[in-house]
Amino acid sequence: MSAFEVEQGKLRTPFWPKTRAFDRLSESHDWKGYASADAYLEGGLEYFAIRNSTGVFDLSPMTKYRISGPDSLAFLDRLVTRDMKKIRPGRVAYAVWCDDQGQVIDDGTIFHLRDGEYRVCSQERHLAWFTAAAIGFDVTIDEETTRVAALAVQGPTSFSVMQNLGLDGIENLKMFGLMHFDFHGEELMVSRTGFTGDLGYELWIAPGKAEALWDALFEAGKFLGIRPIGTYALEMARIEAGYLAPYLEFIPAEETVRTGRSRSPFELGLDWLVDFSKPVFNGRRALADEQRRGSTWRLVKLDIEGNKEAHHSYVYARKGGRMINIGFITSAMWSPVCKQNIALGSVKTPHGKPGDTLWVEIYYQREMHWSRVMAKATVVDGPFWDPPRRRATPPAPA
Amino acid sequence: MKTYDAIVVGAGHNGLANAAFLAKAGLDVVCIEKNDYIGGATVSRNLYKDWYYSNCSYVCSLLRPEIFRALELHKHGLQVTPYGGSCTFMENGDYYASYPDHEVTYREMARHSKHDADAYVRYSADVMRQCRFIRDFLLTTPPDPTSLKPKDLRNLAKIGGKFFEMGEDRMYETIRFWTMSVAEYLDEYFESDVIKASLSGSGIIGTALGIHSPGTAYVLLHHYMGDVDGNVGAWGYARGGMGAVADALCGAFQGYGGELRAGSGVDQIIVKNGKVRGVALENGDEISSRIVVSGMDVKRTFLKCMDRSDLDEEFYNRVRHFKIRGSSGKLNIALDGLPTFPALPENSPVMDGDLHFIDSMERMERAYDDWKEGTWSKDPYIDMTIPSFTDPTMAPPGKHFMSCFIQYCPPLVEGREWTDEERDQFGETCIEQIARFSPDFKDLILHVEVRTPKEIENEAGLTEGNIFHGELTMDQLLFNRPIPGYAQYRGPVAGLYMCGSSTHPGGGVMAAPAANAAREILSDLKRSNVVPENFGDD
Repeated sequence: MSAFEVEQGKLRTPFWPKTRAFDRLSESHDWKGYASADAYLEGGLEYFAIRNSTGVFDLSPMTKYRISGPDSLAFLDRLVTRDMKKIRPGRVAYAVWCDDQGQVIDDGTIFHLRDGEYRVCSQERHLAWFTAAAIGFDVTIDEETTRVAALAVQGPTSFSVMQNLGLDGIENLKMFGLMHFDFHGEELMVSRTGFTGDLGYELWIAPGKAEALWDALFEAGKFLGIRPIGTYALEMARIEAGYLAPYLEFIPAEETVRTGRSRSPFELGLDWLVDFSKPVFNGRRALADEQRRGSTWRLVKLDIEGNKEAHHSYVYARKGGRMINIGFITSAMWSPVCKQNIALGSVKTPHGKPGDTLWVEIYYQREMHWSRVMAKATVVDGPFWDPPRRRATPPAPA
Repeated sequence: MKTYDAIVVGAGHNGLANAAFLAKAGLDVVCIEKNDYIGGATVSRNLYKDWYYSNCSYVCSLLRPEIFRALELHKHGLQVTPYGGSCTFMENGDYYASYPDHEVTYREMARHSKHDADAYVRYSADVMRQCRFIRDFLLTTPPDPTSLKPKDLRNLAKIGGKFFEMGEDRMYETIRFWTMSVAEYLDEYFESDVIKASLSGSGIIGTALGIHSPGTAYVLLHHYMGDVDGNVGAWGYARGGMGAVADALCGAFQGYGGELRAGSGVDQIIVKNGKVRGVALENGDEISSRIVVSGMDVKRTFLKCMDRSDLDEEFYNRVRHFKIRGSSGKLNIALDGLPTFPALPENSPVMDGDLHFIDSMERMERAYDDWKEGTWSKDPYIDMTIPSFTDPTMAPPGKHFMSCFIQYCPPLVEGREWTDEERDQFGETCIEQIARFSPDFKDLILHVEVRTPKEIENEAGLTEGNIFHGELTMDQLLFNRPIPGYAQYRGPVAGLYMCGSSTHPGGGVMAAPAANAAREILSDLKRSNVVPENFGDD
């Protein structure tokens, strides 16, 4: 069963028979047609599973494409802004692809499964764009979303869970690496990737073995605090890790209607993903221009004074004794692990360089009444949460 | 001989936090610890195989987030994970539980009393109002009501302002709340004995008072006024045990260039011409500084570590009569597996919370009667947690660490020292109580550490093993804490400061006394302040 379909309703992933047993809330939202749990028991406790033990997130609805054929590398190298030649078999790359104007269509992860064979995972559906980009290349693009079930297994005890699962050699798997294992006669792909900024893995398997994998995983994690987590928890971890979310930090360029509502990789702090040593890639000319001319926007990570979350806030800079509006917050939260009031935002250059002081206008409600505070914020470089265990290889056992 | 800018005595959470702030401000600071390990009562001890015991303090709520953030404790490994539930087992085989989900808790309360389930809404709001009042002053030096200094007048006006803002009815309510007993307070809301018994525990923990003693309503507040990530009243576990708090504070302190000297305690604080000149250690070493900050309780500081002739008579007498009575003990238990409690449904989420075994107000008070008679409670109030249920680092996979905080346990048995035999009997009493509700519990026990006030005093240095460095009654709170006229962290000798839980706002792993003391010291030194302000709830 690749997906459980409720007629005219939401799809259910292959893990649904298992996840429903944990679901005490029946709270979900749409993820590309699937009902994706917001939380199973309590979002806050699920968040702490990611930071304290192991949280399991069902990411089966993720859009997935298999890219194969003799020109697969050349195709991907032409498609994305980073140099794919550096991504060896068994490695995973975070990448963005742009339209001709150098505006980000989407970001995603590209798994180099075997020599010349790749999987591209993204939020959006891109078959039309990829097919057009593939003209002239000897490459096959195969949408495999429903043919691969996937779980993110994230948290400080996740390595021990993988060991208990009997995955030999997992201790040598480095960040952004992937390995193949046999699981009940099917291929289980395990990558050391995730969206949480913590130690963690993602497991990819044929839907027919999804339930068996779930059972084996929860048995392996029985004494390691394993629990299913929903999007609420994942989203908290995502912001702490400083990762971008489509529709929050950027709008996929293909979908924008109004001028100036898309973003380039430079405007998202992804300069490191743009490799001008490649002679050709989509959006190169526009990005080279932007680099010369300067960008309009800058993504900022903010450490904000106080404890009032800066949802939907404007961002200001002080200029000659006056406060000028320079942008807005895109994601905000109180970080339980950092005990910091953090946010991501989009501000006009030249403002927002690391170390700059900005101001955030925060509205918050207490017992019906609204209050407003202008909170000082410092632009920080790098993720808010970046524990050494995330990188350690071999990871420390729990 | 090298002269330090400041010597901080005691590497408990307050000593370390104070030392960290002073070091952050650029002072050359040394922190002295008598044990060869740090933490004081905020410690994780490896006393049996691969188990780590939070063998004194065991849960975390009061630690101020402002301090956590200012010292970047997450970069030094501190993580506080909240836990969800709570349960009281009943003599009749039933139980009363609370859950993270408000409505699930409502249904559970209604099972015992529909009236009480409804009344809980008003109770929560009334207690929250008191929390909101006190929370604003945790990171503030208490004003001296006799002083005409602008700062004191300003702070007094602020307290007065917050008080008057409540309105007439609630001002009366507040005055009553701060002085009444927890039993009377709960009687005004609830009818169910088990619900009252369950809630009353927070009114006596760490206190040599019974649920009917005036002042215990405030103690309840003291256990509610903390928060985990803005959830006021929530409690959590420090990942790796409470020692993780001390380790992170020490990491911050050393990161700011501070020096830790563990293994020999302070024998005497050296005073010359009415001014502090340093400390003499038990090993004979002398360390020189014009500032000495004591993280020890006031009795230990002034009665044990100072020369009587350096202190004025009235002050000395006040210290002698400071109430710091030992009332609690601790059992730390290594378990071969998770004990089962047949009363609970399978996979109950309350197992990650605090469990109790006294289901009536009568039994709560009887437990105190034993203490008054100079012995440990024969039917004790136990606050039991299994941190390893939440925190995988405290015991090997599948095994568990159980922490039992026990009340009441006297510092002396019928006026004389504890014998080892009596200590074991005390431990047995507690184990038997739990075993009545968990048939497999005793068979799972691999190792038990029993701690009476005597052990707690000897190891952590807390006088009489009092976990709060002195009782939290009105006569010993705010500008009366520890002693009227000395509530602003300055001792009676120039250069001597206090930063322990004997000072405002009192005990619990809060680190607020340390932060407030650091702010005063930096102000005296005319240094710029590095101690954070209160975030504020409004």
